[in-house]
Amino acid sequence: MPKLPAPPLPKVLQPRPKRPGERNGDASAPIEAGITVVDWLDERTSLSPGIRWLLFRKVPRGINWAYTLGSATLFAFLSQAVTGVFLAMYYRPDPSGGAYESVRYLTDDVFLGGFVRGMHKWGASVMIILIFLHMGRVFFYGAYKYPRELTWIIGVTLLILTLAMGFTGYLLPFDQRSYWATIVGVNINGTGPLIGPFLSDFLRAGPEFGANTLSRFYAIHMMLIPGLIIALIGAHLYLVTKLGISAPPWLKVDHEPDVVPREEV
Amino acid sequence: MPGAFEGETVTRRRFMNLTAQGAGLVAVATFTLPALGFALAPVFHQSPYQWQPIGPPSDFPETTYQTKVIVLVPGIGEAGKSIAYVRSRNPAIDTEPEDKYNKWVALSSRCMHLGCPVRYVVAAQRFICPCHGGVYDFRGMVAGGPPVRPLDRFYTRLNESTGQVELGPRYSVNSELARFAPRDPGQPLDGIGQYLYPSRFSTASKPTG
Repeated sequence: MPKLPAPPLPKVLQPRPKRPGERNGDASAPIEAGITVVDWLDERTSLSPGIRWLLFRKVPRGINWAYTLGSATLFAFLSQAVTGVFLAMYYRPDPSGGAYESVRYLTDDVFLGGFVRGMHKWGASVMIILIFLHMGRVFFYGAYKYPRELTWIIGVTLLILTLAMGFTGYLLPFDQRSYWATIVGVNINGTGPLIGPFLSDFLRAGPEFGANTLSRFYAIHMMLIPGLIIALIGAHLYLVTKLGISAPPWLKVDHEPDVVPREEV
Repeated sequence: MPGAFEGETVTRRRFMNLTAQGAGLVAVATFTLPALGFALAPVFHQSPYQWQPIGPPSDFPETTYQTKVIVLVPGIGEAGKSIAYVRSRNPAIDTEPEDKYNKWVALSSRCMHLGCPVRYVVAAQRFICPCHGGVYDFRGMVAGGPPVRPLDRFYTRLNESTGQVELGPRYSVNSELARFAPRDPGQPLDGIGQYLYPSRFSTASKPTG
């Protein structure tokens, strides 16, 4: 079986051949410097084949905008991560009034605070919507089938973790809505037979909504689940790159691909 | 591959591997197991309760409820407070056996559907939940809607030295008003319910004193 050719670099990234009479130190020096830096890094890391493998890969004919929903979800997650880190600079998980006051302060008094918090708050809903649309695309296109089952399973885990992010983040503003929604949510969780009551105690850090519930939710929201999500996104992307993108289900194969050239005798 | 010497079952290379991996496992367990126990501890730690005074006996008639603000979790301000509806026991309607802990009937305002706060409506003599329409009658028994059991109660007692009615730990009841260790809302206690939703380590089952 002949070896398939490596995916070609696009024109802009190919090294430009030297013009006759061109030397170091003339007008092209900045460009040369950039190439030198990239070469220096690449010689030591050998990253460029990996980046080429990740970014410049073949995609099937007939793909459409629905195939961008996964990237859109990833972008929503990155937006949540960045805005979340900066919100954490002002937020105080203090149930005796400090949490609500810190959210009020960062929303009303901090420069662009309302904007950054708004990005995080509305971005959370956007991420949930996008992840469900992405799931719908994969489901209705049959893209979960062999050999992509593991990609699907990781994706469903990511969906559950994203919902858990929504649940834990909802408490953090610590207003009436947050408080009672969390009470109801934890009690729904407690209706699971046998282990439900103990799971509720774990979530609340005790039998009642108490002093440690808020900090527990905060730690889960900004440390535990984001770490898991990042790791699983990495695995998800690796599998997507490794297995390639599935063709749309309506695309018909009109002839057997000529991997082995046919010879007429 | 046999051992280096006659009769050896583990090669030196394999022994080295197992030792190094075992040491690594011990090192990882050294920080993961305590961290896990640290996070799970509240499930097994029994929360303390305190008897809190809620007023003299003359405050509480038999025919209507007094609203009392109580502290469920001290030290966290408003978030740790709740409301109890309290009245004197009325033998004409309170058919559950009397003992020293229920001379005053103290109902928790926590709805037994999913934990929203119920409100006592005097004109209807009913407790109404704003969230999903749970309704309880004057004794706190389910009169309609999704709640799975009557309203929780608190142990009450009279403190002889101060002359104050005191409110103690919470307990849950089934539809015959039999007492159970406190359960979370949404967990039925009739029939198989008490076994599907066992009592937890984190709550006191009976008051002392």
